[in-house]
Amino acid sequence: MAGLATVFGSGAMTNSIPEIENNDLLFVIGSNTKENHPIIALRMIQAVRKGAKLIIADPRRVPLVRFAHLWLQHKPGTDVALLNSIAHVIVKEGLIKKEFIETHTEGFNEEFLKNLEEYTPEAGERITGVPKEKIIEAARLYAKAERAGIYYTMGITQHSHGTDNVFAIANLALLTGNLGKESAGVNPLRGQNNVQGSTDMGCSPNTYPGYQKVTIPAIKKKFEDLWGVRLPEKEGLTASEMLFEAEAGRLKAMYIMGENPVLSDPDTGHTVKALKELEFLVVQDIFLSETAAIADVVLPATCFAEKDGTFTNTERRVQRIRKAVAPPGEAKDDIWIINEISRRLGYNMNYAHPEEIWNEIGMAWPAVAGITYSRLERGGIQWPCPTIDHPGTPYLFKGGFPRGKGAFTVIKYKPSCEEPDLDYPFILTTGRMLFQYHTGTMTRRVKAIEALYHEPYVEINPEDALDLGIRNGDTVKVSSRRGSIVLKAMVTKRPERGVVFIPFHFREAAANMLTNSKALDPLCKIPELKVTTVNIEKFKED
Amino acid sequence: MIKVKIDGKEYRVKPGITILQVARENDIYIPTLCDDPRLEPYGGCRLCIVQIKGMPRPVTACTTPVTDGMEITTTNEYIEGLRKTIVELILSDHPNDCMVCEKAGDCSLQELAYFYGIRTNPYYGERRRYTTKDNNPFIERDMEKCILCGKCVRVCSEVQGVGAIEIAYRGFTAKVTPPFEKDLNCEFCGQCVSICPTGALMGKSSLGKGRQKDVKKIETVCPYCGCGCNMTLHVLRNEVIRVSSRPDNFHEGWLCVKGRFGFEFINSPDRLKRPLIRVKPRDKNSKELPVPDLNDFREASWDEALDLIANKLREIKDKYGPDAIAGLSSARCTNEENYIFQKFFRAVIGTNNIDHCARY
Ligand code: SF4
Ligand code: SF4
Ligand code: SF4
Ligand code: FES
Repeated sequence: MAGLATVFGSGAMTNSIPEIENNDLLFVIGSNTKENHPIIALRMIQAVRKGAKLIIADPRRVPLVRFAHLWLQHKPGTDVALLNSIAHVIVKEGLIKKEFIETHTEGFNEEFLKNLEEYTPEAGERITGVPKEKIIEAARLYAKAERAGIYYTMGITQHSHGTDNVFAIANLALLTGNLGKESAGVNPLRGQNNVQGSTDMGCSPNTYPGYQKVTIPAIKKKFEDLWGVRLPEKEGLTASEMLFEAEAGRLKAMYIMGENPVLSDPDTGHTVKALKELEFLVVQDIFLSETAAIADVVLPATCFAEKDGTFTNTERRVQRIRKAVAPPGEAKDDIWIINEISRRLGYNMNYAHPEEIWNEIGMAWPAVAGITYSRLERGGIQWPCPTIDHPGTPYLFKGGFPRGKGAFTVIKYKPSCEEPDLDYPFILTTGRMLFQYHTGTMTRRVKAIEALYHEPYVEINPEDALDLGIRNGDTVKVSSRRGSIVLKAMVTKRPERGVVFIPFHFREAAANMLTNSKALDPLCKIPELKVTTVNIEKFKED
Repeated sequence: MIKVKIDGKEYRVKPGITILQVARENDIYIPTLCDDPRLEPYGGCRLCIVQIKGMPRPVTACTTPVTDGMEITTTNEYIEGLRKTIVELILSDHPNDCMVCEKAGDCSLQELAYFYGIRTNPYYGERRRYTTKDNNPFIERDMEKCILCGKCVRVCSEVQGVGAIEIAYRGFTAKVTPPFEKDLNCEFCGQCVSICPTGALMGKSSLGKGRQKDVKKIETVCPYCGCGCNMTLHVLRNEVIRVSSRPDNFHEGWLCVKGRFGFEFINSPDRLKRPLIRVKPRDKNSKELPVPDLNDFREASWDEALDLIANKLREIKDKYGPDAIAGLSSARCTNEENYIFQKFFRAVIGTNNIDHCARY
């Protein structure tokens, strides 16, 4: 898989935000860009104003659909079928870029083509619900564009359907040569401000900083030399595995820095139970979150305005953040806290300033070695930036893939674990809205936002509402196999029939009380956050 | 490339660009009120008038493209006289309450009045009076201060793609308003606030918190989504009172509602201020959503809390091995914090059990 896998695994955009304006085709799939990445959506609107075509694939009528030339309303969880059938048409109609495929890719073989065979537009229509004419049109628009960029949000986790989606997307870009050039590419839009940075920095069970695998002995050795200690051999647990291990009593202690998994993770009941099983839980945060509420020790941390450091945005741009105000009370920044605990455990870190840490990161990861705090004074720099005179890299893979060739991947559509049935006839998707953010710890403390958007709601299609006798603003009960919540119904054409949407920001009706963290189906071993089946009824006070 | 002469000096420029663009590129000052390089040229305020040799009347620099051999005069007594009259006319129905106006010190109109030395006004006349107030929670709209430059209307439709406001009515009663004069109900990105040259549009959460004097400006990055917008925090006496963004950054100074108006949490009374140690045992049987309650904890000193953590981690590591411990780091922490957090788990605890919430 060479370079592509590394990069896609890391979820970095191949291209950058300012380039979007010069795309001549934008294919936005599974991203409510106008609400979740508002500034990127502005660039997309500029591109459309300049004549670019916009294709949106989303089960919901997201706000950006207003600007779209083509809207593919596929059923939740059927992305792979949709993408494969688009690839099918591109191949069948001879719209592939032969030269690019020959020189820059591998795996464009019998097996790959054979797999695509079955994803005819008709099959695509049957699985996704998108009319076959639209699938064909999308394929033609995408393949015929000079500079076509794909934009999506990182599926679910790196261990799920999400990966398949990414590969199916990569296949499209490889078929049409839309990589390694300006204003094109494969562009996952990362949600939280520094999610790119935290993966870059090696907060992953299988990689050190810079996507260097913990299981490769030479790499382990390099970090052992850098840090002056022996390092563990085997890969660690992923976030969702940690919770299962905790629930099973095998994981004894957790240290959670600045996250609120109780609200953000699927199946709240399971998360709460797992965390309560721990012998010892430390939570470091700026507020007493729902997760901090079950901790043994809670440490007061500083927020972005109270510290120095760097964030890396979704287009790999490393940027300085600067201390503007003093922290409240005795709150301390995370670096001081970790230094102190380390010292008590016999390992001296003693970093006096974040800049010292950044310089060490440069030693550990060559791709940022050329980025220094003094250079960042003049603005952000996009990695890779290996040397001090390197300008940074607005788009990746110029002149070929880093380690040889981009590889096609054979991807098969797998139905979601939960399919609607009589008891739970609706598909629930969860997500964000423009005004609130994540689990709301910050935005729910902004008065103006709360004044208008303090109430949890479930979006339901007018026809479904009619069938159920539900009117706009009615209080309804939404239940799944795991739990139920009570909230207001918002009757809107945004979701199609049979699909409902709940934003997960609100603790009063926590959407993740309903979602699934466990495989119900032995075939499907992954948590599936975007597809849960639910039932809806009018709420009656007992 | 073509040649033009501005105020007697020759410049070689790209054909097709406007006189104003040439002037800006070469640091020649031409006053403007309705132009913004990020918007389509509009030609509404007429403040940017210049004279072109061979043309009977002055033209607006913001809408007139340069042509080969053009000779342009950007300033002389005649032009400045006209500009002064324009400013006087605008001021003739302006409230003139700079003394208490939020925008003072950062207002284009105030600046122009200052440079043209407008103290008494020959045109002073009937003033517009608007008594109804817009009750939206984000943006204070004081249309008596509006000079109808149209920037807010244009940014809302051209850039934000929303079109929440328009210029309704004509002549003296012309007014920027949401449809049917309702309260503003939009994406509340505040692009309009950032681009308004006067105090007509202001962020409500900043009102009365401080204007320009003693305000420190610190460049940083938005704490919310992965776009990583650059923002300038305006700080007065250890409080963030306002957020702006520079037009020369990679996103041209545009922000969304969270970046622009979502800073209040920094000063929230709910912020944690001291380490907390649990006193009330966890109810293991309940799978309900926990309700955060400070009474479940007691305050502790840093030393006590850190000693407790270090001892507990050592004890668990000794008893069950390092893999019985795991860390979850945050996409909201800095690179440096994330780096030392994983280093702590790998080098100090001795496990690769480290992940972050990567789903979004
Ligand atoms: S806040 Fe944004 S959406 Fe609302 S009127 Fe102003 S520019 Fe338009
Ligand atoms: S409100 Fe401000 S930006 Fe809008 S037209 Fe009036 S002066 Fe111009
Ligand atoms: S201002 Fe809005 S779009 Fe920009 S980083 Fe912040 S949340 Fe994202
Ligand atoms: S700036 Fe040219 S007319 Fe207003």
